[in-house]
Amino acid sequence: MRETVAKVKTTPEQILSLSEEDRSAAIERGELPIVLAHEVHKWYGNFHVLRGINMEVYKGEVIVIFGPSGSGKSTFIRTINRLEEHQKGHIIVDGTELSRDVRNIEKIRMETGMVFQQFNLFPHLTVMQNITLAPIHVRKWPKEKAEEVAMQLLKRVGIPEQADKYPGQLSGGQQQRVAIARALAMQPKIMLFDEPTSALDPEMIKEVLDVMIELAESGMTMLVVTHEMGFARAVANRMYFFDQGQIVESGTPEEIFSDPKEDRTKLFLSQILH
Amino acid sequence: MMNREPKQYSSGEVLAPPTERYTILGWLHKNLFSTWYYTLLTLVTLYILYAILKPSLIWIFTQAQWEVVVANLRLFMVGQYPKDQIFRIWLALDLLAFTVGLAWALFLPKERRVGAVLVIIPLLLASLPFISSYSRINWILFAAIGVAGWALGRWQPKKMRRPLIVLMLGYFPILILLISGFEPILKLVKTNYWGGLLLTMLLAVVGITLSFPLGILLALGRQSELPIVKTFSILYIEMVRGVPLVTILFMAQLMLPLFLPPGMKIDNVLRAMAGMVLFAAAYMAENVRGGLQAIPKGQHEAAWALGLNGFQTMFYIILPQALRNVIPVIVGQFIALFKDTSLVAIVGLLDLLGIASTVLAQPEFIGRQREVYLFIALIYWVFSYAMSYASRRLEVALGVGER
Ligand SMILES: Nc1ncnc2c1ncn2[C@@H]1O[C@H](COP(=O)(O)OP(=O)(O)OP(=O)(O)O)[C@@H](O)[C@H]1O
Ligand SMILES: [Mg+2]
Repeated sequence: MRETVAKVKTTPEQILSLSEEDRSAAIERGELPIVLAHEVHKWYGNFHVLRGINMEVYKGEVIVIFGPSGSGKSTFIRTINRLEEHQKGHIIVDGTELSRDVRNIEKIRMETGMVFQQFNLFPHLTVMQNITLAPIHVRKWPKEKAEEVAMQLLKRVGIPEQADKYPGQLSGGQQQRVAIARALAMQPKIMLFDEPTSALDPEMIKEVLDVMIELAESGMTMLVVTHEMGFARAVANRMYFFDQGQIVESGTPEEIFSDPKEDRTKLFLSQILH
Repeated sequence: MMNREPKQYSSGEVLAPPTERYTILGWLHKNLFSTWYYTLLTLVTLYILYAILKPSLIWIFTQAQWEVVVANLRLFMVGQYPKDQIFRIWLALDLLAFTVGLAWALFLPKERRVGAVLVIIPLLLASLPFISSYSRINWILFAAIGVAGWALGRWQPKKMRRPLIVLMLGYFPILILLISGFEPILKLVKTNYWGGLLLTMLLAVVGITLSFPLGILLALGRQSELPIVKTFSILYIEMVRGVPLVTILFMAQLMLPLFLPPGMKIDNVLRAMAGMVLFAAAYMAENVRGGLQAIPKGQHEAAWALGLNGFQTMFYIILPQALRNVIPVIVGQFIALFKDTSLVAIVGLLDLLGIASTVLAQPEFIGRQREVYLFIALIYWVFSYAMSYASRRLEVALGVGER
């Protein structure tokens, strides 16, 4: 009988005791997780938002996080690139532990891309400039190389003809695809998505999901907060159900959909699968 | 941000909304006489205009004695600036014409109005009956150099980009060097010889150019996480904003010497400039802060998530948007600053207003207040209006408020 809440097998010490090269090699081979959250806690004042989150994600895996509003999904995914600070526990991303150390934060932000619910494109820059800004100023690529990569990415997300427009001139679905291209331009190892389709009109959801499915199939490691169960069924390796700051249940999509163990999971699924 | 109408169609695709067409009579009827109270309002307004304008116009064209302006034109324009050095001011103006001409060709090729400012206005000035032939030639030269700059920009747009940026950044120091001089090539002209419109403009240009970056720094300081920087910025801004400019100018004249080591002297004009810059910076800081706060948190987060550091996030993402949104406020402040320069007359400087009082003290021009003050009011108005007009064009060009 499977356990409803996955206990992580890896301890932070296991990763941190290795030399940097050994860590990368082991992560590359899939022996150690590329993202490890170990007993992560966070408070907003007195409010305990994250209450002991454990999660391990191996290279190339696609993880779907779902759960009721206010359960801490966004807060958790934002601790992974330090948009939110956790106060207890360990988060280790690609062999680097998140701490107050600014160098670690910079390193991890270079390895993770993030896509937001509200797109957050830069409205004063063209699509091309949105995508090339970080590669030019953070990765220090020459402009020509950055633009070449950006153009390939725009083709990949299906809107090469929009390169010179401003975000305000695009539809929501197009904007979100630009946001995905912008994150990919930094060539991250891990992509974080926080409800990427919730702000979109129904007819635009599919164009964004198609891009995400293609990305998943190309082997990208992805953590996705979403209630798009079709997406989960199609590409997720594992799903985590969050409630009140805890992981209540986890498992493969098969297990979660056909055989949820916990009452809260059943109730929630019955509500959203209508 | 979402689902906006695209704003840049190529011109042929979309027809302009239909406009209503009127005959003159129809227009008059619709706008001025459509109901009885509109008619009444129109008549009352017309009467008030008539009552004000008729005596004014009669006075301006038949009774006023404009000699006081004509005879003292040079004083009004440059004060006591030595006559044999005035070519330096023209040189500064010519460089300005060249820079504007280039910028016109490179940045605003479709904006015909720049041409009007650059060519028609100097030619109009050159055709004024009462100016010296020296000035006449120089205004024509000004227009010619402006056109030359434009032509050069059209001819070599790519190659002229870099020189233009150097010119734009370097213009301010060059201007100061030209006006004040540098031994041994250009004779030093002490600041107490600077006067009239020249001094007014220099005060305004220095005030605007220096208070702008200083204000941005203060605004950033106020949001800083370093407690010392933050406290200093807040204290500074709140203290300066609690004091009228005249007080600061007096303090700069009377109190500053107390803080300086004995023997070190700063002349009056520099003191006034420092006072204006420090004053304006505090207000600028508050304007910029308003712009910074209006930028949604998601913009910071998206930049950080991409790996940009705090400085890059500010410089590439937050500040450009914040400044663009507060252009109207900032230009409003520039205009206020320009007019506030007249307060330096109170501490004894001979700016446009200060010169006016010295002119009026000349025995042969006693009692010519109306002519003199009307003349300088006109000058203030022309420059202020030009700035506010330019700012409106800039807002349109940058699409402020559309985002
Ligand atoms: N900056 C903050 N200060 C205080 N409380 C916060 C803050 N941000 C979030 N919260 C609270 O933390 C809880 C978790 O928020 P979070 O945004 O992570 O939820 P979520 O699972 O993403 O919900 P949703 O599906 O609505 O996006 C909520 O109760 C929210 O009110
Ligand atoms: Mg959320």
